[in-house]
Amino acid sequence: MTVDVKAERKALIEEVLKEYPEKTAKKRAKHLNVYEEGKPDCGVKSNVKSIPGVMTVRGCAYAGAKGVVWGPVKDMVHVSHGPVGCGHYSWSQRRNYSTGITGVNSWVTMQVTSDFQEKDIVFGGDKKLDKLINEIETLFPLNNGVSVMSECPIGLIGDDIEAVAKKKAKEIGKVVAPVRCEGFRGVSQSLGHHIANDVMRDYVVDKAADKPFEGTPYDVVIVGDYNIGGDAWASRILLEEMGLRVIAQWSGDASVAEMERGSKAKLNLIHCYRSMNYICRHMEEKYGIPWMEYNFFGPSQIAKSLRAIAEQFDDKIKDGAERVIAKYQPMADAILAKYKPRLEGKRIMLYVGGLRPRHVADAYGDLGMEVIGTGYEFAHGDDYQRTTKYVKDGTLIYDDVSEFELEKFIERLQPDLVGSGIKEKYGTQKMGVPFRQLHSWDYSGPYHGYDGFAIFARDMDLAVNSPVWGLTKAPWKAA
Amino acid sequence: MPQSAEKIKDHSTLFNEPEYKQLMENKKQFEGCHPQEAIDQQAAYINTWEYREKNFAREALTVNPAKACQPLGAVFAGAGFERTLSFNHGSQGCTAYFRSHLTRHFKEPCSAVSTSMTEDAAVFGGLQNMIDGLNNAYHVYKPKMIAVSTTCIAEVIGDDLNAFIRNAREKGSIPEDFPVAYAHTPSFVGSHIVGYDAMVKAVLTTFWEGRERKAGTAINIIPGFDGYAVGNNRELKRILNEMGVEYTILSDVSDVFDTPTDGTFRMFDGGTKLDDVAAALDAKATFGLQKYCSDKSLEYAASKGQDVAAFHYPLGVGATDEFLVKLSAITGKAIPESLERERGRLVDAMADSNAWIHGKTFSVYGDPDFVYGMTRFLLEMGAEPIHLLSTNGGKEWAAEMDTLLKSSPYGVKGQVWAGKDLWHMRSLLATEPSEFLIGNSYGKYLERDLGIPLIRLTFPIFDRHHHHRFPVLGYQGGLAVLRTILDKILDVLDVETAKTGISYDLVR
Repeated sequence: MTVDVKAERKALIEEVLKEYPEKTAKKRAKHLNVYEEGKPDCGVKSNVKSIPGVMTVRGCAYAGAKGVVWGPVKDMVHVSHGPVGCGHYSWSQRRNYSTGITGVNSWVTMQVTSDFQEKDIVFGGDKKLDKLINEIETLFPLNNGVSVMSECPIGLIGDDIEAVAKKKAKEIGKVVAPVRCEGFRGVSQSLGHHIANDVMRDYVVDKAADKPFEGTPYDVVIVGDYNIGGDAWASRILLEEMGLRVIAQWSGDASVAEMERGSKAKLNLIHCYRSMNYICRHMEEKYGIPWMEYNFFGPSQIAKSLRAIAEQFDDKIKDGAERVIAKYQPMADAILAKYKPRLEGKRIMLYVGGLRPRHVADAYGDLGMEVIGTGYEFAHGDDYQRTTKYVKDGTLIYDDVSEFELEKFIERLQPDLVGSGIKEKYGTQKMGVPFRQLHSWDYSGPYHGYDGFAIFARDMDLAVNSPVWGLTKAPWKAA
Repeated sequence: MPQSAEKIKDHSTLFNEPEYKQLMENKKQFEGCHPQEAIDQQAAYINTWEYREKNFAREALTVNPAKACQPLGAVFAGAGFERTLSFNHGSQGCTAYFRSHLTRHFKEPCSAVSTSMTEDAAVFGGLQNMIDGLNNAYHVYKPKMIAVSTTCIAEVIGDDLNAFIRNAREKGSIPEDFPVAYAHTPSFVGSHIVGYDAMVKAVLTTFWEGRERKAGTAINIIPGFDGYAVGNNRELKRILNEMGVEYTILSDVSDVFDTPTDGTFRMFDGGTKLDDVAAALDAKATFGLQKYCSDKSLEYAASKGQDVAAFHYPLGVGATDEFLVKLSAITGKAIPESLERERGRLVDAMADSNAWIHGKTFSVYGDPDFVYGMTRFLLEMGAEPIHLLSTNGGKEWAAEMDTLLKSSPYGVKGQVWAGKDLWHMRSLLATEPSEFLIGNSYGKYLERDLGIPLIRLTFPIFDRHHHHRFPVLGYQGGLAVLRTILDKILDVLDVETAKTGISYDLVR
């Protein structure tokens, strides 16, 4: 990266900051940087409070706990405990696919709530929660557990959901997990992930540690894959083909039985480090299960990850990994032959949650595309350290970017593609810049694994090379 | 291998491939599934009358409610005023949800900010968040007005918006005379339609309080929370222009939720001019197009000496007639020939299609005014409403619905369900089915589970595009509704008859 470009990007940051009141500019300055090659991290502060009145993209702890971690567990009924809104807005929005019959043995796409009214706020909701769990048992008898996802009021009115959960778990003989994920806790979705992990530890994994299970030397758990558009399935297929036995998925298409099996793996494989590293660390400390991060985006990283995973096992698995790579590489090569010429040299800006802003970089690299800016909604310092392995010198880094900053950065850098969320999508497209949602895969996917990479490449091409971008200027206005 | 560069299979087909079917089958051994027999039994049981009775005996549990919370309505209403920034005092996740929710429906950006209250604010109150928030929002986004509503945390701890905003002004975070409309919108009271009303009233109060009204001749119209606002508000304006009525639409989101893709992102666009909001005090009358979205606003307008009238989402012939007649009576403007011809065309279309709709049975759910308006139009077409359900409809609405059903011989089978949710609806449709279901995207699960075709005609519509760009109100809107319903009826008929080829007719 030339010094000029870096200086230009630094100047851009300064220019954007000028629009803020002084106090705010000072705070925001710490979250924006231009990456210097060789530095151990990206040089930005992270995981601190968003600034009032500045349009953050972030959500809340409830979104992290219910929307991300617990919500995909399919054979539990997840109660959005409190007023109707939180459960409503997160109803069926995350595309964490699962098998099962809705309302019979799967509740993933349902909005179950205690629908708090004023009297519940005044008198407390514990009795209602108690009763509601009985009603769940009556109407949904095949559920294998209930989670209580606390919305803001619960923690403010002094309800004791833990006591209710304990009582009900005894009565119904199933998991009843009280999750203190009130939206005001923490600074983003991230604390919600952590709280959700802790509840899984205390109410599922540790409690079930003594349950008998016939293991094999090849047992692994997929952790931190929420099966968006079927991601976990497109990953599982590779692991199974190389000879491993996937005994659980956490938590995309997961069942309670799979969650309970947490302490039984030989190795935990974690994809989304940010949202589930906590439980991996616990299982390592308490049960001695090693864990490793892997990356199933794009053929380079997939092959690298398959080999790294295989390294943890015997020759049978190592051969298996080579066999899998040899089987799929020709298809990946055909995909590259088809799409790389159409995407080579295109520049992309990313802004996603806690993993993808780095994890997808090499998949774009495989397609000849370059990440010129990236940032996270809710990363921590360790994420920004990990990011250095993926980004190039001079990459613009933005943490908890405001919509205002992002708009200015896009306007100035004019990337060929932006990958971010639903709230960012349409504003970006209005600017004439192609966009793909990288939370929901823009209603596509899977993007994981070799099968997913084909779809990823297709989707980036259809976004970048759509003829519609040639029509944004009226001919009588075109300069 | 299922995937290839020639024909890329995504989620919609990939997982039907044998490799993945095998994978899912194999995964079952790890899932701790119930025996298939138990699953089959329960799957059959949830369609029974016995289950329906248990389902209706629920007192604490709500499942798939067709309603959102107050501040969503406030954000929507706020978006409809000139350069107005919706501003939620509370946790930031709420705001992210409102923005996503509206964006997923309109396929448009939706701007709103939050005071990002966290644990310390929960303990000490959110005053500093308000002061900083207003200051930042004012400087960064340069709005002409800020529309403040609250989310749970602020309501539960009892933050006082009036005092907080006054305090913020004193601290200089916004200019003394900068308009800030504010409404307390607790999510544990009412629903999004109540929040809509609260914010419209707040805006009116901001511009009307302390001023003398000079009664004029113009009309104010409050459209209400409406997913079709883009098409509907434009249609409404066309009708009013056609009649030569002077009007102000109080909260007009038709531009901000329909900006062009031409290289520029417009965070604010269109909306009711603030000067017009002020001048609207002098209007002769204020109409609420959706009664349950404008209770308090109309009460307030009436207190200022205006005539007020409330409608139930004027959809179809009779309801549009009533709206125009009332408009004409209040303004003294005659209903022009052009609108009469439009009326005639709608009636013409209904007559043309009558045979396909007459006697067909429909269930409808949604906000109370939509369900009323839709039901009324169905009755006009000789269709038979079966289950009419509104999660956020109350006793008053139920009584109005009963009266409506009794007004037509086609209404005899109609059953009104106020305060019930879509899991209730599932039991209703499983035990006493209708041929079609009218609602929003959430109805697709009912369609799948019960095989009852869904017609999407109300907010939110996430899984189909652009419906909101076309009006459903008025005579022209009636045509669109008629066509939408008819298309579904005939599509279903074609699919059914294609199975044997008998009655797979070219002309229908």
